[in-house]
Amino acid sequence: MELQSLIYLFVGISFALYIGIALWAKAGSTKDFYVAGGGVHPVANGMATAADWMSAASFISLAGLISFKGSFGGAFLMGWTGGYVLLAMLLAPYLRKFGKFTVPDFVGDRYYSDTARLVAVISVIFVSFTYVAGQMRGVGIVFSRFLQVDVNTGVLIGMGVVFFYSVLGGMKGITYTQVAQYVVMIFAYMIPAIFLSLQVTDTFLPQLGLFGQTTFAFNDGVRMIPEGTYLLHALDMAISDLGFAAYTDEGSIKSMFLLTTALMLGTAGLPHVIVRFFTVPTVRDARISAGWALVFIAIMYTTISSVAAFSRLNLIKNLQNVEYKAFVAGELSHADGTPNNGNWFATWEQGGLLAWNDRNGDGKIQYAKGAAFDGKKGKPKFDGKKKAEDGHRVTTNGKGAPTEAELAKNNGVANELYVDRDIMVLANPEIANLPNWVIAFIAAGGLAAALSTAAGLLLVIASAISHDLMGQVIYKDKETGKTTLNEKTELMYARLAAVAAICVAGYLGINPPGFVAQVVALAFGIAAAAFFPTIILGVFDKRMNKEGAIAGILVGLVSTVGYAFYFIWGGGDPKDYFLGIAPASFGTIGTILHLVVALVVSRVTPEPPQHIQDLVESIRIPSGAGEATDH
Amino acid sequence: MSPEKAQAYWKENISMIIKLLVVWFVVSYGCGILFLEQLNAISISGVKLGFWFAQQGAIYVFVALIFVYVKVMTDIDTKYGVHE
Repeated sequence: MELQSLIYLFVGISFALYIGIALWAKAGSTKDFYVAGGGVHPVANGMATAADWMSAASFISLAGLISFKGSFGGAFLMGWTGGYVLLAMLLAPYLRKFGKFTVPDFVGDRYYSDTARLVAVISVIFVSFTYVAGQMRGVGIVFSRFLQVDVNTGVLIGMGVVFFYSVLGGMKGITYTQVAQYVVMIFAYMIPAIFLSLQVTDTFLPQLGLFGQTTFAFNDGVRMIPEGTYLLHALDMAISDLGFAAYTDEGSIKSMFLLTTALMLGTAGLPHVIVRFFTVPTVRDARISAGWALVFIAIMYTTISSVAAFSRLNLIKNLQNVEYKAFVAGELSHADGTPNNGNWFATWEQGGLLAWNDRNGDGKIQYAKGAAFDGKKGKPKFDGKKKAEDGHRVTTNGKGAPTEAELAKNNGVANELYVDRDIMVLANPEIANLPNWVIAFIAAGGLAAALSTAAGLLLVIASAISHDLMGQVIYKDKETGKTTLNEKTELMYARLAAVAAICVAGYLGINPPGFVAQVVALAFGIAAAAFFPTIILGVFDKRMNKEGAIAGILVGLVSTVGYAFYFIWGGGDPKDYFLGIAPASFGTIGTILHLVVALVVSRVTPEPPQHIQDLVESIRIPSGAGEATDH
Repeated sequence: MSPEKAQAYWKENISMIIKLLVVWFVVSYGCGILFLEQLNAISISGVKLGFWFAQQGAIYVFVALIFVYVKVMTDIDTKYGVHE
């Protein structure tokens, strides 16, 4: 079958599946809507958590990022998995025992303060919206690349599907769709990874492929690297020949330490992840569910390091010194006779994610360290749709013929290529000449990754508005402290809030703020600095009171947000970084400040009332968790 | 449950968490970051040990840690009669 029809088929089937599940899992009560009725099996919840957590960015961009960062990339892999150990031991079981619906619920009740609740609501909404904007954009990109529709149309279709199952089914619909989305996503990731591993190292499991030996000899542009070389040796040799730091060379210990910590703490503090542990029946289920979530995440995350290494090696093997015209015309083959079809190169060049500037005029592509274009970060500027005689897109900011000094640095190879690292995973199957159905599967997988995360975030936003803001703050009875909203009205507000959230997310997807990447890093920083310490202290420090908590949250929030604003948008000079810390890693410092301030303030202010101390005692003991209750 | 018993239960819980988090710290921050360079002196089939810990090994240990935690906590819950 044609590639395009296969893609329509795979994406169509997966969407039909999600909608079918939504119809089956319709939410009948607020409890269904917020916590899926509280009766989700821990393994199913683990899968849903994994799908919720692994976003379009994990699926599409992470392997590419590590591919170009090498050893330092370990910070992302450890940071985004290590947080689950903290979640399992320090948060999930106690929050499940607490037994309400949302993170602001816990903050508001534990610190007996509607101010604290309100600050938590605002942080939840901010963190989730910044995150969801990136997801909707991811949906649009996958649509435009694979379904040949406009990015904006793609966003609208994505909104329609998410609308269907999150507004109808709430958490219940989302949970069971996420289980299906996890399955689609993991197959879509693993199948090409296994193909690649077999191709490059003749090893079935990609995790072990990292230890494999190359199945081919290739020329890196400087020398031949023989067949049977250990994968990472071959990669280290090739990229050091081309002037890069060796793939396995250590980066800065300090920045790796800080980034890993910021990501771990952020993971453990993200509201859409935490809320998933409210949906299981018991405290023990909450603990084991975190374990299952990490198992399902680890299947993909332990594969990423190998995919990263394979694709960097393949890039050099397939592109170095190939003649452009013959390459994109599909006329070339490797030394062993397998085709080296450059069709994919032309496709991604159309999208502007690849560019070539023939600086030495030999008609062949060369790849090495250094920029081939004068733009910011070496990005090319294209001359409209104009094409050169050999068919490559004409650029206007290409660097001129290589200088002697430049050639000397990279063993005589001057870089002529711009590669956007985001294409590594999506282009991998085409680069490796895999069958069409694998490519179609990747399209469905990328969409599953983006949709599942978007839905999880939208639900958190909807419940923060309907449950916490409307139910617990605006419609609160001053005398009894209970909400005056009845179940049916609150459910209606929850659905309306979900609709509004989808519209805002869609708007952000169509008109993305130009700084999505930085904002997502900021979301992590805030999750770490605002939520993580508040919840931990709420459970582990009985003496922690309202004053300490509010002071802590504010200091954490203001320092992290202020630092990011000053250095990202306020024109701050990176030379003035506090102790050399980049804004993306500042969440670590924000968390420490939060802890210190909260502890000091709480010790000089009155201790919390007796009923709160009793509440803390009861959270610590698993028995009698009962069902998640609505007050 | 008497307050003394609840205290004892909580103490045991905390000491368990501390032990497991020490392991968590050693495999990730220790092997994967602080002693990355030293461990990289050892390599198996072309994969440097520190590099492997940071890119794969730590993740396996994380998974194992959570399941050990669940097992031990279930035992402690049963011992104190607070299981569900």
